[in-house]
Amino acid sequence: MASLIGSKVERKEDKKFLTGKGRYTADINLAHQTYAYFVRSTHARAKITNVDISKAKKAPGVIKIFTGDDIAREKIGGLIAGWKIVSQDGKDMKVPNHPPLAKDSVNYVGDHIAVVIAESLEEARNAAELVNVSYKILKAIVDTGNAMQSDTIHEGIDNNLCFDFILGDKKKTEESFSTADKIIKLDLRNNRLIPNAMEPRACIGDYNSSSDELTLYTTSQNPHLSRLVLSAFGGIHPEHKFRVVAPDVGGGFGSKIYAYAEDAVTAWASKKIERPVKWVAERSESFLSDCHGRDHITHVELAIKNDGKITGLKVDTIANIGAYASLFATVTPTYLYAPLILGLYDIPSAFINVKAVFTNTAPVDAYRGAGRPEATYLIERIVHKAANEIGMDQAEFRRKNFVDKFPHQQCLVHNIDSGDYKAHLDKALEISDYKNFKNRKSESAKNGKLRGIGFSTYIEACGIAPSAVVMSIGCGVGLWESAEVRFNATGNVSVFSGAHSHGQGHDTTFAQIVGDRLGVAIENIEVIHGDTDKGPFGMGTYGSRSLAVGGSAIAKACDKIIEKGKKVAAHMLEGKPEDIDFKDGDFILRSSNKKKTISEIAFACYLPGQFGDAKSPLPPGVEPGLKETSFYDPVNFSFPAGSHICEVEVDQNTGETKVVKYTAVDDFGTIINPMIVEGQVHGGIVQGIGQALYENSHYDDSGQLTTASYMDYTMPRADNFPQIKIDYTTTPATSNPLGSKGCGEAGAIAAPPAVMNAVIDAIGTDVSMPATAEKVWSAIKKNGYKKAAA
Amino acid sequence: MVKVNLKVNKKSISKEVSDNTLLSDFLREKLLLTGTHVGCDTSQCGACVVHLNGQSVKSCTTLVADCEGSEITTIEGLAENGKMHVMQQSFKKHHGLQCGFCTPGMVMSAVDLLQKNKKPNEQEIRDWLEGNICRCTGYQNIVAAVKDAASKL
Repeated sequence: MASLIGSKVERKEDKKFLTGKGRYTADINLAHQTYAYFVRSTHARAKITNVDISKAKKAPGVIKIFTGDDIAREKIGGLIAGWKIVSQDGKDMKVPNHPPLAKDSVNYVGDHIAVVIAESLEEARNAAELVNVSYKILKAIVDTGNAMQSDTIHEGIDNNLCFDFILGDKKKTEESFSTADKIIKLDLRNNRLIPNAMEPRACIGDYNSSSDELTLYTTSQNPHLSRLVLSAFGGIHPEHKFRVVAPDVGGGFGSKIYAYAEDAVTAWASKKIERPVKWVAERSESFLSDCHGRDHITHVELAIKNDGKITGLKVDTIANIGAYASLFATVTPTYLYAPLILGLYDIPSAFINVKAVFTNTAPVDAYRGAGRPEATYLIERIVHKAANEIGMDQAEFRRKNFVDKFPHQQCLVHNIDSGDYKAHLDKALEISDYKNFKNRKSESAKNGKLRGIGFSTYIEACGIAPSAVVMSIGCGVGLWESAEVRFNATGNVSVFSGAHSHGQGHDTTFAQIVGDRLGVAIENIEVIHGDTDKGPFGMGTYGSRSLAVGGSAIAKACDKIIEKGKKVAAHMLEGKPEDIDFKDGDFILRSSNKKKTISEIAFACYLPGQFGDAKSPLPPGVEPGLKETSFYDPVNFSFPAGSHICEVEVDQNTGETKVVKYTAVDDFGTIINPMIVEGQVHGGIVQGIGQALYENSHYDDSGQLTTASYMDYTMPRADNFPQIKIDYTTTPATSNPLGSKGCGEAGAIAAPPAVMNAVIDAIGTDVSMPATAEKVWSAIKKNGYKKAAA
Repeated sequence: MVKVNLKVNKKSISKEVSDNTLLSDFLREKLLLTGTHVGCDTSQCGACVVHLNGQSVKSCTTLVADCEGSEITTIEGLAENGKMHVMQQSFKKHHGLQCGFCTPGMVMSAVDLLQKNKKPNEQEIRDWLEGNICRCTGYQNIVAAVKDAASKL
């Protein structure tokens, strides 16, 4: 039987999506359903002096209007930050209360003030316009760099400082800098982005007063985690009476990790009015109130020797976390960021300082890559500059500094188990035809275009995460994953996973793992996820963890099935369990070569006894049934790495920049389904190119989001890209039974510096993301085109 | 209110709708054809594309009242006798979809492209699909799917 691992299996889930039979939250309609519309703040920072609902209450179709006073009266808890960061002075981070409906003050445009519930959406929307909110408008604090010198947004949080985090050895790093031959410096801004999953967020609260059961249908990447947060901290409903269902979800990219105000309010409101309450975001609401991503300003310095060896790294970052601290907002710019700034390089000393600030903007949290794109952008931009300043080839400079022995204990946090960095760099150089770049540059010049080349050799920490490690550094939960593999009596298999698929193709990849381990045909395996009433508690999907952690849990559960199967087979074949081999779905007694198929064993487990010709008594002490659960806690993070090389052409008359060639060679460890991995890489790279060239979330000085529609926020579109070439090298992860490292975020992590280094190479001068035509044209105009390499 | 008579996926429909009912809402809420998705408020994302008298249109900016006597095909009407359309098959074969949300609009748009241009080159495919945003795939496999479908139609 051919192995299913590494096989390009077409996706089991595709047909429903291709024929319009997907079932997303907005597609669900319940009997007696009502519609919610949120009244949102139109000001970035204001005191609420009055919320007058008298007119709205009388509007046609209105059932009920709730405000922050109602939420406070019922003692509904605020939305939480799930990861405690300790500042360098030893004090805990400072976070404000974040009520689902604001009571006294609003802190960003889009902040929730009231919810209008009506018989129809139109009636709810119309009545919401009649809610009259009186504000005392205050000066908005918007700018990341100035936030600490501005008025205090939240009482008791001086300088708007959430935390002042440090990592590394300051003294050793200072020594490296004092003995350096050259110090390279760079100031960088990592532009603020809006995740923009194509399915807008939605939720339906559905309370059954007779059974006291509450169901929340929601667009979530992690239904169990949302239930836990809403139950334990929101106090919405007891966990055992609370079901959260995340059905088909149309993309997440991090933005659907968090339990949002709308989840809490619709769930709670359905209890109050005893009818289902449905809310579906308009796209403008998604722009305003989905968690945004990135938004750092950073000063970085690199100490190097004349031979190109890096000896030290210093980083000062201000991270904007928006108006409130969202669920993973505090870990994203700290532990997901700072340790990764070392990149693929053997850097003996580093010192990182991150100050996280509150501003009157939407909360900023994990977005595809979460901290690692920001880290990679820093190190790859400054490495590019360093190589240029000492006149070394970009590939050579990197190669000289690559870690080349594994395991490798980095000077900050991570112990890298495996990798072969020169292998993927060499392969990328070959595929991208690096040696002939100069010819291509000359060709471009003939057409009046400036051509540049940029490298990004990146690492990420995925497979999030070993519970003992993350809980020791402030995480409020363990980050294991669960799986249940359940044989049915007829020999087919139901697999329950705590991970959630919203585009990643788990139905197929996970089935491949089970099929491979248990020798069951893939069409006889069904993967079930996204419903707290079905599988065991799971932590969900983010941080490229589903395969490395969730897939490993599935593999472990399969191993337990085999273990039990051996006992049953031994009894039926009249041997000992230790004399049974399991191969391709057969349990074989070594001495006699007699065998039982796994279907026969499953049948025996469910029908233990004799019935006609069927003889399947179980051995003494073995329980009937064939179902195993595993909670897998990884022993380490996994460390995908790779080399991306980008070439751009810039029209110097207009500043328009086009990616004309893009090569990615990644090491994701063991690949289960190369077709799905390829899709993840394509999508990630395009999002990364989007950050570099097109996308930007912009607030004006008064805190109005000026990029709140697809007419103002530039999404990458089909005509923006060339064919992307991708390939792999493989060093299996040693930290999990599959050897997989994770692939979902790699493209978004690697691409921005590859593109920006190429743009800077082309125009010979610095420019910030996104490198729009206007910015590139202005940069050329201001600094003149400096003839780079050619 | 206005009464409209139209055919949706070859089935005759006659319904009273308010003057401001959008075709996307009509399909989703009145006919429960939820395969047509709404991804934005500004006619930019293309998740809602259906065929109106054989032409691709964004149903989120089409009034049902304007559709009197017309024939509409949605993603649910593309397969025939349980067999997926060549475009649907190609999307599956080339992994041209991930989360599936933009997919109905993307497929309906691509089908219309091949009606107008039987053998589009890569740039023509990319230019045509400029009105459909996908956040997952990076478009490359969608382009491959459309090319493959063109070779089979």
